[in-house]
Amino acid sequence: MVDRIADLWGRRTPYGPPVPAEAVSPAESTHAVPGEEPGRHGSWPVRVDMFLDDGFEESDVEAWVQAASILHSNGDAMDIAVAGGRIVGVRGRAGDRVNRGRLDPKDLYGWQANHSPERLRRPLVREGGRLVETNWDTAMGRIVARSKELLDGPGGWGHFGFYTSGQLFLEEYYTLGVIGKAGIGTPHMDGNTRLCTATAAAALKESFGTDGQPGSYTDVDHCDAIALWGHNVAETQTVLWMRMLDRRRGPRPPAMIAVDPRDTPVAREADVHLAVRPGTNMALMNALIHRLIDRGWYDEEYVRAHTIGFDELCGVVQDCPPERAAEICDVPLRSVEHAADILGSSERLLSTVLQGFYQSNQATAAACQVNNIHLLRGMLGRPGAGLYQMNGQPTAQNTRETGADGDLPGMRNWNNPEHIRELAELWNVEPSIIPHWAPPTHAMQIFRYAEQGSIKLLWVSASNPAVSLPDLARVRRILAKEDLFLVVQDVFLTETAMLADVVLPAATWGEKQGTFTSVDRTVHLADKAVEPPGQARADLDIFLDYARRMDFRDKDGAPLVAWHDPESAFEAWKACSAGRPCDYTGVTYGLLRGAGGVQWPCTPAAPRGTERLYTDGRFNTDPDFCEDYGHDLVTGAAYDAEHHRALNPGGRAFLKAAAYQPSPEVTSEDHPMLLTTGRTVYHFHTRTKTARAPQLNDAAPESWVEIAPGDAAALGVAEGDLLRLESPRGTLEARARVCGTRPGVVFVPFHYGYWDHDDSGPRTGEAPRAANELTITSWDPVSKQPIFKVAAVRVTRVAGGDGVPSAAPTTGAAAPADPQVPATAGGPAARARQHVEEA
Amino acid sequence: MHLAHYLGLLHRSQNELAKAFREVGRGHLDEPDVHHLCERLAGQCDEHARKLAPFVRRYSEEAPKEPERLHATLFSGTRTGGLGLLRDLHDLYLMAAECDISWTLIGQAAQGARDEDLLGVVGVCEGETATQLLWLRTRMKQAAPQALVVAS
Repeated sequence: MVDRIADLWGRRTPYGPPVPAEAVSPAESTHAVPGEEPGRHGSWPVRVDMFLDDGFEESDVEAWVQAASILHSNGDAMDIAVAGGRIVGVRGRAGDRVNRGRLDPKDLYGWQANHSPERLRRPLVREGGRLVETNWDTAMGRIVARSKELLDGPGGWGHFGFYTSGQLFLEEYYTLGVIGKAGIGTPHMDGNTRLCTATAAAALKESFGTDGQPGSYTDVDHCDAIALWGHNVAETQTVLWMRMLDRRRGPRPPAMIAVDPRDTPVAREADVHLAVRPGTNMALMNALIHRLIDRGWYDEEYVRAHTIGFDELCGVVQDCPPERAAEICDVPLRSVEHAADILGSSERLLSTVLQGFYQSNQATAAACQVNNIHLLRGMLGRPGAGLYQMNGQPTAQNTRETGADGDLPGMRNWNNPEHIRELAELWNVEPSIIPHWAPPTHAMQIFRYAEQGSIKLLWVSASNPAVSLPDLARVRRILAKEDLFLVVQDVFLTETAMLADVVLPAATWGEKQGTFTSVDRTVHLADKAVEPPGQARADLDIFLDYARRMDFRDKDGAPLVAWHDPESAFEAWKACSAGRPCDYTGVTYGLLRGAGGVQWPCTPAAPRGTERLYTDGRFNTDPDFCEDYGHDLVTGAAYDAEHHRALNPGGRAFLKAAAYQPSPEVTSEDHPMLLTTGRTVYHFHTRTKTARAPQLNDAAPESWVEIAPGDAAALGVAEGDLLRLESPRGTLEARARVCGTRPGVVFVPFHYGYWDHDDSGPRTGEAPRAANELTITSWDPVSKQPIFKVAAVRVTRVAGGDGVPSAAPTTGAAAPADPQVPATAGGPAARARQHVEEA
Repeated sequence: MHLAHYLGLLHRSQNELAKAFREVGRGHLDEPDVHHLCERLAGQCDEHARKLAPFVRRYSEEAPKEPERLHATLFSGTRTGGLGLLRDLHDLYLMAAECDISWTLIGQAAQGARDEDLLGVVGVCEGETATQLLWLRTRMKQAAPQALVVAS
């Protein structure tokens, strides 16, 4: 038994690369052959993690129902334990390619939130300023009446906005996408994926022509170097980190590079830690590429045959030698050189990129530079040479694929009339109803239109913008507007739901069926294990009900949405995906049930899926096939088809470049420190679920501010003292954790809001605590992802802590400088099983 | 030789565009992308003007009197609201287009004058001006349907 609150990553199962990777030809590893499958599972040992409710043994479990995790983005497969019609625990699936039986602490304990007495059980509508319980007919009736009223008249589509999630299922997103694009005909639909994974998609499109991750999780098994670009994987995807740690403890371990301003567990493990000044990633990347080119550490043959733009890239990085980056980023020159040495000498380089890059200024440009390193070195499409433009949420990949965000379904190009014609034919509608005069409207612009009053109905599903968007005072003002009809579809009464006109109670994971896809394109099926509480309904059923009541029709008068349950929705999606990069046509629910995860593209020609993309160095950049014609990375100016054709890509990837520019907000005399925000290990998003699992909540019950020992001393701050942070937008108060962050930088987790104080925002006289009170409304010009990682703040000490430490956990990046702070532990209530088969 | 007139025209156009970018940026603080980018592009225009200045001086020595009505004012202050944003960006577009064609013509003249230095400046700057135009076009295309059809 192990306390997985105290021991985040559980027992090590060290291992080495399965065979000398040179001996595995790309052909062997790409096309699955029955029996021995080099590269498919690698040689990562199985370890099965399990947690059952107090008093339950395995023998008490009546059914194990297949699912995968939705409390982080790794896609870990698990079985839900059911007894007496209730969920009583979870167990990792030993045979799955993603996790080989392991589970994240959030998965072990997080399912208990399903049973919370605070679950929404009936629809709510606003009456006389208050939300009161009602029935589904009344709630849906109000939404439909308002919808019809708004749709009536020219430009009616423009009054609708849909803001969805990275946590629903593929079938739900696709249905919502069809309703929005072919029913109402509005471009105003986006996911909260805009906040987490938009840059991943944008960078993949810019470099390779379409979205779609080149790599596989098994690249960890084969690699000889791992570079983590702004990715605290040890806390955000603990199982992927276990895999990396197991390699680091085994024979022939990979070298490791970490870029992160904080002293995260990843940074502590790494051979090189580049604690860059927030907002300067681009200077570092250009210097690393400068060095690779300068030293000739690139694959000339690969560059010549498979890329476009080498000369332009050389021109841009020319002005940025390592010395310049060392100065701009404020890191030691020898560390920059050491990192370049590792990148330049590795034979099987694995990169993973996340929010440290995506939520900073120049996000897409910096993420493209990671792509460039792999292109320059020919590090794609073979075992160990992998690239994860990581997702932040469990089903974010599906939001992107199905077009429930700012993309079109099947990774189609809004600017390509032929792609629009395909969709129109598939849906049997006139092409003109599908909005394609510009890219679908990004989230921040949707909220701006709502602020200006032209969007009059905003439907939020499975997201909590009242805590997760930047500059919360503004967001609350928008959501509370009298002339905005706000629909919120959620599991709990979130801060956003409290401001709604109609609240729809949704079923969640374990209570509904559907599929979703991890960052390495592994598709999993999550089956329904138990009934949802009260009158709560699956999100798919809610969308289907809306489509029925709105009576959306195709051009022959038949219902536009012709499916009726998850499996028929999945079949409809398969038709939409056919022939596109994310081709699901070979996937069935039957294939997924019992399987260890299937990677798209999965087609009749590749019936067991495809492990790696671009194995032959041919990319999806053909003008007729690509998802986007590309952008200028500095301004976001969109290139057109003619420009793209003139480049004659011929299956080559683009080496896109941009010079470093400072962030829109830098420090000043008034705001001399930099704030960076992020996820931490025990919580997911705005804690709606994780705070309702006692083990997780107790491990991090309150927010905190991480501050470096030198800054703390200068401000007279001790562990546990109450601090006030002020930015040009707002303030927050939280207790100090003196720990290893970069001098001049403070960190605040973004999880904490106000629902557990029974309000949508800070009450009068109450100090705000949400990190996003402080963040700036600004975004990357290409991906439109907001800048959550760089805001200027002033820090002051409000009160002493009386020797009581802050509530920050000791296990992750917030490991305290003061050894007297008691270690975070879950005690008997957190005892979980982990079973390793001895060799 | 009349090159000095066109150099003067472009120099002045770049300065006016810088000023207009700044004004539009500050006039639309609630559109952060417009605000931040306009500030940045204003700096780019300043830089263009700075690079042109020595050529303006060099060629003015050989210049006859400037013909009348070569300068035109395209911008007269920012507007508000969705439609106002569109009109402001539209003005910037026209001003940038004026610069764009001027770069082309000065590039032609620089070839005729066998002036490699001037040609080098044109080579660096004309691409940036073209990108400014492309960005304005991208942003306006996105904003137009909502501003012209949806908003009341």
